Amino acid sequence: MNKKIALSMRGITKRFGSVLANNNVNLDVYQGEVLAILGENGCGKTTLMNMIAGIYFPDEGKIYKEDKEVVIRSPKDAFDLKIGMIHQHFKLVDLFTAAENIVLGVEEGKKYNLKNVNNRVREIADKYGFHIDPEKKIYDMSVSEKQTVEIIKVLYRGADILILDEPTAVLTPQEIDRLFEVLRRMKEDGKSIIIITHKLHEVLAVSDRVAILRKGEHVATVDTRDATESSLTEMMVGKKVELNIDRSEPVNPAPRIEIQHLSLKNAEGIDVLKDVSFIANSGEILGIAGIAGSGQKELLEAITGLQPTSTGDIIFTNPKKDKPVSFFHKSLARVKFLAKQGAFHDEFGNEVSFNGLGAKAIRRLVNNGKVLFKEDEVMNLRHKTPLQIRQLGIHLSFVPEDRLGMGLVGSMGITDNMMLRSYRKGASGFLNRRKPKQLAESIIHELEVSTPGVNTPVRKLSGGNVQKVLVGREIAFTPKVLMAAYPVRGLDINSSYTIYHLLNKQKEKGVAVIFVGEDLDVLLALCDRILVINSGEITGIVDARRATKEEIGLMMTQTKDASKEGNS
Amino acid sequence: MNIWLSYLIDSVAFGVTFIYGSTGEILTEKAGHLNLGIPGIMCMGGAGGCLVLNTIGKISMAMVEKGMSPLPGFVFVIAGILGAILMSMLMGLIYSFLTVTLRANQNVTGLVLTTFGTGLMKVIMSKLDHTIYLEGPKEFYRWPFHMRNDPLLYLGVLFYLSIFIALAASYVLYKTKVGLHLRAIGESPSTADAVGINVTKYKYLATIIGSAIAGLGGFYYIMDYSGSREAYLSIEAYGWMAIALVIFALWRPHFTIIGSIVFGFLFSFGSQIVNIEGISINLVMTYLLKMLPYICTIIVLIFTSIRNKRENQPPQSLGLPYFREDR
Repeated sequence: MNKKIALSMRGITKRFGSVLANNNVNLDVYQGEVLAILGENGCGKTTLMNMIAGIYFPDEGKIYKEDKEVVIRSPKDAFDLKIGMIHQHFKLVDLFTAAENIVLGVEEGKKYNLKNVNNRVREIADKYGFHIDPEKKIYDMSVSEKQTVEIIKVLYRGADILILDEPTAVLTPQEIDRLFEVLRRMKEDGKSIIIITHKLHEVLAVSDRVAILRKGEHVATVDTRDATESSLTEMMVGKKVELNIDRSEPVNPAPRIEIQHLSLKNAEGIDVLKDVSFIANSGEILGIAGIAGSGQKELLEAITGLQPTSTGDIIFTNPKKDKPVSFFHKSLARVKFLAKQGAFHDEFGNEVSFNGLGAKAIRRLVNNGKVLFKEDEVMNLRHKTPLQIRQLGIHLSFVPEDRLGMGLVGSMGITDNMMLRSYRKGASGFLNRRKPKQLAESIIHELEVSTPGVNTPVRKLSGGNVQKVLVGREIAFTPKVLMAAYPVRGLDINSSYTIYHLLNKQKEKGVAVIFVGEDLDVLLALCDRILVINSGEITGIVDARRATKEEIGLMMTQTKDASKEGNS
Repeated sequence: MNIWLSYLIDSVAFGVTFIYGSTGEILTEKAGHLNLGIPGIMCMGGAGGCLVLNTIGKISMAMVEKGMSPLPGFVFVIAGILGAILMSMLMGLIYSFLTVTLRANQNVTGLVLTTFGTGLMKVIMSKLDHTIYLEGPKEFYRWPFHMRNDPLLYLGVLFYLSIFIALAASYVLYKTKVGLHLRAIGESPSTADAVGINVTKYKYLATIIGSAIAGLGGFYYIMDYSGSREAYLSIEAYGWMAIALVIFALWRPHFTIIGSIVFGFLFSFGSQIVNIEGISINLVMTYLLKMLPYICTIIVLIFTSIRNKRENQPPQSLGLPYFREDR
């Protein structure tokens, strides 16, 4: 290649505590090319780029800009070297207009005049084909508009090296196409573009060369035209990963939770769920497919008691048939009442009514496990809070989408996060850390969580490890129903498989697993049945062993009205 | 003079104390720092100014004894102002060192500074001679109305300076690049940092300049509006009013000018209303009426949160320490 080198890194190493984020990385970026940085989550892609952008400072190694050694200690240094980074989490001031954000921090030596800035922003937008209103406030903008502001912000500073950190993660397919078009124009303009991603088809679609990182090390850099999806995967993953998810046949599926005509409005009074009915069986994985924001989150939260519902019932069947009655979740009066109703029998099938027995005798019978349920317990969970549900003795486990917001407390260690589930078990007013700590240690050991210790704040762990901690805790709770919303989002392939394996193990134990996913291939390979939700309505429940991707995709996108119109 | 007009002018003059305090606090809050040390800083500003005046007053007297003419009035005015500014800047420096560099909790640091500043001021003021720092110099500060005996008397040099500072602060905040950067830091320091703004420098400067401005409020109250030797005892209370005024003014320095008049008017409502014929209220009532400014602030808070306009909310990262490599 005859192109000039724009930037090169030599022997870059960065550590966070004892974790090695980047090890001896050598990388060159040419002018007028799109370089893709490919790697699994937590392989050090973003850390490496942050060192060029001045967010982190390398522990070892040198950076050269056009053959001159440079030291980048702050984002300002990076800007001065015409290096600009578009972060995954946008760094914009919500209260400012696009133009105000763009001009922020620029030293032009001219008098500050917002009108001139607006005009220059429009010029840049026209040149590369962006659509932007410079006077619009950020808080009124869509994600794609915000990303555009970020890119123009970098271009406004005259950057000739642009780093984009997973730019497509938040965009729709059309927006992705438009972004790639813009990137090509910038490339033709002689700019170097570095794009961090873990989506292979995007790498193949837009890049000229691919640099692959694995566990903080630079594995190889290849020309995109010589690469295929499988060759890239091989380099990225290193060891061979079992691509097939083991799926066992459901054993004795029985209705575990039945949703009947559930409707729900959000805070703005808009219908989020409309007359949703389905059954989740024990011993099977029910997948929920749908475009993001179709009501998946609200559905799971309604079941767990976090969202008030407007109409509908949530019928939970506790598999108690022939299981002993206990006082753990029931008072003596309740037990007596149920006995009168004829709900119990003994080991030989004779009805137990406690006629003529005193409280002491009844307690003895129950505590000795001589009193058994005749039938499964059926309860309606509608309008019950999570605490009330738990007091009924129902174990619902929920792995929320927002792991550090709803699932775990980021600034607490693993042990303390375990206690969030179990602190009510204690008999005295003091905390007993012994058992939660044992649980934390067993989760770290069994799920291979990489962490400096049980007391390290969980927000310092990588996404995959955070998820392992959360799922591990929820499973340790011996659930009857396990709900997981996007449990593998942002996780690398190995961590994802660990999670699939855990879900499958729960299924084999007879748990009703509800899995909200976004990757259709995974849904089809993992689940037994797939429920498709579209703007709050169920558009179909299909057998995952027979359904096709196209079939589900159509149900996800087509509105009922449109299909009706098509029929008439 | 009409009793209502004189009450109004009195409110304007009284409000100057709050203009300084609030403008200073707004600058600090726009940089994302909630400085609850403002009452203490205003106290120390007053003490600093008086300390300098006490010193040069003695020099001036010594010069007269030697047969020279005394120092001219403007020297007293400028020296006093500089003294107030320097002393409060020192307090601001302590605050910013603790909260910006050491990332100490802002609320605790502020409260400590208030306690410290109030106490130290009382020590300093008890050592000074009010016949030297106050009796002579206050005439210079009350220029050009120093000969009058109605509330116009209080509209002296520091009154004009306060209006100028409040307007200038608004201009800087909303019409210049420096202001844009400062507001960006208060909203999202990581964003500002990512575009190469020196967050630490801005935070230090905003806090220190804000403190200097606030300190002038305490000095004004002693030298001009009150003009009495016990004046320093009530500055702390007015410092808290100034912090309430920041909310009332929706974090805009130019609004503090109007807000300060409203606050001044409401605060002295209880004591002024008895001057009006036909109205008599008991002592308890006057104290209750002094709550009016705070009630108004609560009402403003309720209204702004109901309307929930993004522009009228406090800076988003107010009170949060910033550390670049924090994940």
